[in-house]
Amino acid sequence: MDSIGQGPRVVFTIPLFGGLDITETIVIGWLIIAAVLLLCLWLTRDLKKIPEKKRQIIAEAFVNFVNGSVKETMGSRFMKFAPYIATILVYAVLGALVSLLGLRSMTADFNVTLTWALMTFALITYYKIKTNGFGGYLKGFAQPFAVMLPLNLISEVATPLSMAFRMFGNVSGGMVITTLLYGALGALSSALHISFSIGSVVISLGQLFTPAVLSIYFDLFSGCIQAYIFATLTMVYISGAADEE
Amino acid sequence: MTEKAFVLGCSAIGAGLAMIAGLGPGIGEGYAVGKTIEAIARQPEAKGDCTRTMFIGVAMAESTGIYSFIVALILMFANPFLGKL
Repeated sequence: MDSIGQGPRVVFTIPLFGGLDITETIVIGWLIIAAVLLLCLWLTRDLKKIPEKKRQIIAEAFVNFVNGSVKETMGSRFMKFAPYIATILVYAVLGALVSLLGLRSMTADFNVTLTWALMTFALITYYKIKTNGFGGYLKGFAQPFAVMLPLNLISEVATPLSMAFRMFGNVSGGMVITTLLYGALGALSSALHISFSIGSVVISLGQLFTPAVLSIYFDLFSGCIQAYIFATLTMVYISGAADEE
Repeated sequence: MTEKAFVLGCSAIGAGLAMIAGLGPGIGEGYAVGKTIEAIARQPEAKGDCTRTMFIGVAMAESTGIYSFIVALILMFANPFLGKL
């Protein structure tokens, strides 16, 4: 129950610049990077023109899926964005799915989602300036007339914030609800006298199977859908910024 | 009643009230999904496009609910009013 309102724990501190705190999120993030690297090496080992192994078919299906969505959403002139989209997708899906292993979800840390959203925001701004020129970009804030300037500024800032909050809110909301359910089931089983303790470890029989149902929704479904939505919104925003006249 | 207890209690009520905003996205998303099912039933071959657009729309509609959830989280775990006592 104590873990609800807490941020990620600080695992260790690097004695540099007055102490850099290395949190759980960073450690898990680096573990995921290593896992993705190993996975890529394994999936792309001895590729054949006609796939024989199952792993090559899986790798081709994933690459085709990303290429297809980029082509359909952004158009074929943005195919160079496929690696970026694939990176976000893999990192976000695995970052949410580590919660199945009992670790803390990476996307339940607002720093992570805000960083990704700011990366997308930088790309959006770059493409807006590239398409319209710097003057056109500044003038775009006063469209359709100058009175709209504050509203346009707010909506410009709201884009990365809402992307970051959406992902963070979904995953951490699931985490809060799951923790509350665990607490409630623990209290229920101690009230029904079906919880017993071995030493300092308390085992509640009521906690055994019920949370799995919620875990399927909050960890599997929500994590994957949010990653997909984040990637899709990135594609939509970037191609929208580049298409503006 | 101490001042702190009063502020904490009011914050808890505020967090509960903030989550009433969950109603709006719920209704909106249900409407969007219903319309998507209608569209898919009419034109099953456009299922992929319909589903993709629906997910983006639903994610957009969810924003307000997420904002209220963030407000509730701040009120519960990072209460800014306690520092003003």
